[in-house]
Amino acid sequence: MNPETPLTFRHYHLLGIEDLETSEILTILETADSMAEISRRDIKKVPTLRGKTVVNLFFEPSTRTRSSFELAAKRLSADIINFSLSASSVVKGETLKDTVRNLEAMAIDALVVRHSSSGAPHYIASFCRSHVINAGDGTHEHPTQALLDAYTIKQYKKRIKGLKVVIVGDILHSRVARSNLFLLRKLGAEVVLCGPPTLLPLEFSKLGAKIEFNLDKALVGADVVMMLRLQRERQKANYFPSIREYRQLYCLTQERFKLAKKDAIIMHPGPINRGIEIDSALADSVQSVILRQVENGVAIRMAVLYLLLGGKERESSD
Amino acid sequence: MNLLIKNGRVIDPISRTDETLDILIENGQIKAISPRLEANEAEIIDASRLVVAPGFIDMHVHLREPGQEHKEDLITGSRAAARGGFTSICCMPNTKPPNDNSGITEYLVVEAKKKAVVNIFPIAAITRELAGEELTDMVDLSQAGAVAFSDDGHPITNSLIMRRALEYSLLLNKLIIDHCEDKNLSAGGVMHEGEISCRLGLPGMPAAAEEIMIARDLILAELTRARIHIAHISTRGGIEFVRLAKKKGLAVSAEVTPHHLILTDECLANYDPNFKVNPPLRSADHRQALIDGLKDGTIDVIATDHAPHTPEEKDVEFDQAPFGLIGLETAVSLMLDRFVHKNIISLERLIQLMASNPAQLLGLKNKGRIAVGADADLTLLNLRKEVIIDVNRFASKSRNSPFHGWKLRGAVAMTIVGGKIVYSS
Ligand SMILES: [Zn+2]
Repeated sequence: MNPETPLTFRHYHLLGIEDLETSEILTILETADSMAEISRRDIKKVPTLRGKTVVNLFFEPSTRTRSSFELAAKRLSADIINFSLSASSVVKGETLKDTVRNLEAMAIDALVVRHSSSGAPHYIASFCRSHVINAGDGTHEHPTQALLDAYTIKQYKKRIKGLKVVIVGDILHSRVARSNLFLLRKLGAEVVLCGPPTLLPLEFSKLGAKIEFNLDKALVGADVVMMLRLQRERQKANYFPSIREYRQLYCLTQERFKLAKKDAIIMHPGPINRGIEIDSALADSVQSVILRQVENGVAIRMAVLYLLLGGKERESSD
Repeated sequence: MNLLIKNGRVIDPISRTDETLDILIENGQIKAISPRLEANEAEIIDASRLVVAPGFIDMHVHLREPGQEHKEDLITGSRAAARGGFTSICCMPNTKPPNDNSGITEYLVVEAKKKAVVNIFPIAAITRELAGEELTDMVDLSQAGAVAFSDDGHPITNSLIMRRALEYSLLLNKLIIDHCEDKNLSAGGVMHEGEISCRLGLPGMPAAAEEIMIARDLILAELTRARIHIAHISTRGGIEFVRLAKKKGLAVSAEVTPHHLILTDECLANYDPNFKVNPPLRSADHRQALIDGLKDGTIDVIATDHAPHTPEEKDVEFDQAPFGLIGLETAVSLMLDRFVHKNIISLERLIQLMASNPAQLLGLKNKGRIAVGADADLTLLNLRKEVIIDVNRFASKSRNSPFHGWKLRGAVAMTIVGGKIVYSS
């Protein structure tokens, strides 16, 4: 391990990328390396978090992120239970605070929270004892997604500093875009955000991004192209006139992708709308690293769980 | 019981008084004002280290009665007012049911006389059910005791209805008060739209939503020559439009809240719903424009927009929490500490903003001034006293103040309503 970046992770929760130190981000990425190794073994399990209990508390459906956290916890031997609340408690009128307190009464150690309200994990962290991990809050942040994206970029590009990363789509409503912007800027990449002006407020330039409404221009010289999922409902709210026009302007086609660097990679947080934000063939091409992102998600989430739940023991045994 | 207030520093902006005087109160009225007064049968109040000001008037308060008495009612709201140095408060009509008919106005007037420790003046709705479609019986409501008209919280979208309301108000010479917000433009928003909302991923309400409505109202005021009062102004553009309208000689006035003068959208960084309010806390440049407007006379009134919500209602996810914060028990200390002691405005100007001007705008002839024959509504201030805001000591039923724990210099020493001491520190 690099002696210049000692393993440091001082946060009790993982609420967002914005309040992480660069050294903490590097710590997670380095820890993920050793976690990835575990997933490549025949017996994909270590006893590190035996006796710890993790709760997946999901107020929005998300099979992908939930399963990724579940596998991560299991590979570290933590017990994990899934709590999907879109249907049960909310309907009964229970407050978020009561839901969390009930879970805490069962002596849990960490809460992985997915919620449609921006700031919900911060609110939970303000009153609960367990470690809170933000698995996506509203249109705010999705820190583990940005971490796994950075980890994936590093695998392919060996560095992050100085790369040109283009993020395309509905930036306004994207927690993935925000977390990636915060993280990639901290690690020294150039981040270009691209989308229609209705979905790309100029305020993002104050957060360190470059704004480009024209996808062709944005793609020139790009090292990484990250496409975001377009929610069709946005059309009804007049963010763009039609899917057809959106596709014309912002779909990543093979023709357009030639504008990026030859060795550029294509990323997508999933699930993909084939033929809307990305050509189907491109999504499956050798330059697409979408499945590697999914694979790396488990390692990153293992690293986060380990650093939050197991870090202390490791320090004392060192 | 008569009162004799001795040796107070009496400040009355209307008569341009600022000197040490005694004030004798008999039968709820000011009987005499003089450097040295004696009285045989009067309770003596030593005000030798205090400022004696005309009773403060908060013309923008939500008392929640009838219908939402779990948040506040006439008794607790009036006690909170007394504790905060207000001798009169005006209650907004967005109750359940709304105050859109004389029956409710009369109920408020009668119940307030029975139960409240300060004067409560109802503001009635401009349109039935605050729906923005049909005018209320404004003359009838006025006779029942409404001092002004507002659809606060439910701004009138239809410019024709707003025009008619302004025109009809000429019959009464009473204020139309508008909460200026283009609801289409602010739809879904939970905070000021800008860099911070972008960072926090919270839907924003652009300043333009307020500015457009202020501009429309001022244009209609010019068309109708009626009086218009802009509630809780919060934007730089709004201030610019009001300043221009005043230059043109239009009958426009504007109020600002202490929280918009003091806080900015950066306070929302931790998603604390106690900072969630409508109009939203704006960015620093808007706040500076409000302070400039306060200094140059564009703003006429400080009002709190006291909006009680229970702790349970505010203890939820940010976007689920109701808008509003309470202000009656913090306004005076905040204004003294942050504006008078920092020499941004003079004490006399503060008294004008909190007493003289609201009384004049509302047509409360015997209030807002210290003069023989005026109502004995007085606010006594201790400029030096330090206070720490503690929501748990509030008289209000609610606790939703963002100022909990703030240490401030300057406090209310005593509140006198109609010659009766209703609060003493
Ligand atoms: Zn209002």
